[in-house]
Amino acid sequence: MNEERMSVIVQTIASILFPIILIFSFYIIMHGHLTPGGGFQGGAVGASAVALLIVAFGARYVENKMREENLSAFESVGGLVFVIVSILGIFVATTFLTNFLVGEPLFGIIPKWGVSPLNSGGVLPILNIAVGMKVIGGLASVVLMLAIASKEGEK
Amino acid sequence: MNLMEHLPALIIAIPLFAAFLTPIIDRFSKKGRDAFVFIFMALTLILVVLLAKDVFDSKVPITYVMGASDPHQTIPTQSAVPIRIILEIDAMSIFMVIISILISFIGLIYSFSHIKEGGGKFYTLFLLMLVGMIGMELTGDLFNLFVFLEILSISSAALIAFEIKRETSFEAAIKYIVISSIAALFVLFAVGLFYGEYNLLNIAAIANAMKFTRIDKIALILLFSAFVMKAGTAPMHMWLPDAYGEAPGAVSMVLIATTQASLYALLRVCFTLYNESLPIIMPATLILLGLASIFIGVTMALVQNDIKRLIAYAAVAEVGYIVLAIGVGLYGFLKSGEIEGYGIKALQGGIFHIFNDVLDVGLMFLVAGGVIYMTKERNMNKLGGLAHSMKYSSILFLIGLAAVAGLPPLNGFASKLMIYESIYKVSPILSIVAILASILMLSIFVKIFQSIFTGPKVIEANEVPKCMLAGMIVIAGLIIFFGLFPEMIVKNLVEPAVNALLNYGEYISAVTGV
Repeated sequence: MNEERMSVIVQTIASILFPIILIFSFYIIMHGHLTPGGGFQGGAVGASAVALLIVAFGARYVENKMREENLSAFESVGGLVFVIVSILGIFVATTFLTNFLVGEPLFGIIPKWGVSPLNSGGVLPILNIAVGMKVIGGLASVVLMLAIASKEGEK
Repeated sequence: MNLMEHLPALIIAIPLFAAFLTPIIDRFSKKGRDAFVFIFMALTLILVVLLAKDVFDSKVPITYVMGASDPHQTIPTQSAVPIRIILEIDAMSIFMVIISILISFIGLIYSFSHIKEGGGKFYTLFLLMLVGMIGMELTGDLFNLFVFLEILSISSAALIAFEIKRETSFEAAIKYIVISSIAALFVLFAVGLFYGEYNLLNIAAIANAMKFTRIDKIALILLFSAFVMKAGTAPMHMWLPDAYGEAPGAVSMVLIATTQASLYALLRVCFTLYNESLPIIMPATLILLGLASIFIGVTMALVQNDIKRLIAYAAVAEVGYIVLAIGVGLYGFLKSGEIEGYGIKALQGGIFHIFNDVLDVGLMFLVAGGVIYMTKERNMNKLGGLAHSMKYSSILFLIGLAAVAGLPPLNGFASKLMIYESIYKVSPILSIVAILASILMLSIFVKIFQSIFTGPKVIEANEVPKCMLAGMIVIAGLIIFFGLFPEMIVKNLVEPAVNALLNYGEYISAVTGV
């Protein structure tokens, strides 16, 4: 258990950086409809935060704290949100994947060239969040499982 | 709001929804998860039947535009070309979708009996595989074809490696994912070439704008080789025996349906995307690939000891029959005036054989999966005398082997006869090779039947569980039904599909309006 962990300095810095990386990831996800990046890129950044924890604290420790099933469930919820928002397009508006939030108070503004408010883009921000959840959950559990499997392979 | 209008999107969305909900339900109840997957799969099956009725009733292909204010408005008002994601369904696509959903549904029932550990992951991947297949067959957009091909490849690779405790299954999955990635990158490259040249991604719109320049020729080679590779024809068949042989019982059967989805994409590329500008060397290549697959599949099957690998090589030979018939049909299509002579018959035989192949070889895989599950033994030399204890399985295996070998009155005979008759008109040699291979196949399967089921009892085993038996009996029933009434199936399902392929103008004008 102990030899998996890196030094105290690395662990302390990793604990400080973890929330900052997550905030950066959330920033990229939320601005997906306005700036370069989006759900996938932000999700990959978020999964890299988990990878940092694995490097610093060891795969066993992170697995005990996070549990692979929880990450998978998080991923599934992301997928579910995407599908439900898409199907809602049929019931609320006209067709599958219709942008039915345009003109509504939430996210209703159509972004223009240049600077636009965050509260715009219709269902796109929601879909970006869904993709972000899916990528964080999926990629983090893949990295975690690979780390655990490679540790077991060495023994 | 009319839900019937939204059927194409719902058929993709509902299994996707179920796939994401399955792991969450799995955390609470295993029984509930099984029931949930069953209900959603049945719901999809019903929706497919409703859509099929719509498609066969309407004379033109049905289009569905995602995100538009009107589901049938293919070209937006501000634009001159289709830019949205469009699903386009004609009789050929719905024929393939019926195969995919039917086979997946039977495979699901079969799996209930033996998938206990890790079931949540299994059913999620199973549903995603179904989504990939159906998506490839419904989409009218080349880029989406690539996306669904990727979904299909990744979920199938994970399912092949599902019995991870055996190292060989892991190796098979790696092989499969490498081949699939290469094929998917070929497709992506071709899509990029089209997008650079025409600024279009829609199949019908590209077909309308097709100029057959040198870039289009490169794209044709890329698409052609990718789909032929994914279909598992002879020189590129090395992944197929591993993948089919190592996957769990029902997955082997559904994998046949996934290779058929690649064949569908090949048909779409040849008949719709390039249609008459296709050079005559393409059908010639297909005929050669078909002959090579038949020959290599049968001869390699002769020397196998592993029961599932043997059936997998027989599956290579069966794909060879389909590709051979499609090649002859395409040849007739490109040589003006010869489509009436033999082309239509060859195409009908080939497309009918798509359905028969997945039923016949699928039944063999199911029985083999049951034998392996009950005896934990896959080497045929160590099996024997199973008919004493597994009566129903042995009878079902007998039906399967007669159908694969093309004995009347089963379905394999019906479609193979159509193929023999029509390819004879191009060259008698083709028919001779095809018939000889069929006879060899019969001798191989009689040999397996003899070594596994007859003789003295050498291994203790019980009859397979009820769910497995139910899946096998449904397929055997379909085989006998198709064999007794082939005219009905050809007239109602196959003929509309072939006509839809040949009338590519309708497919194009349904989107572009030209």
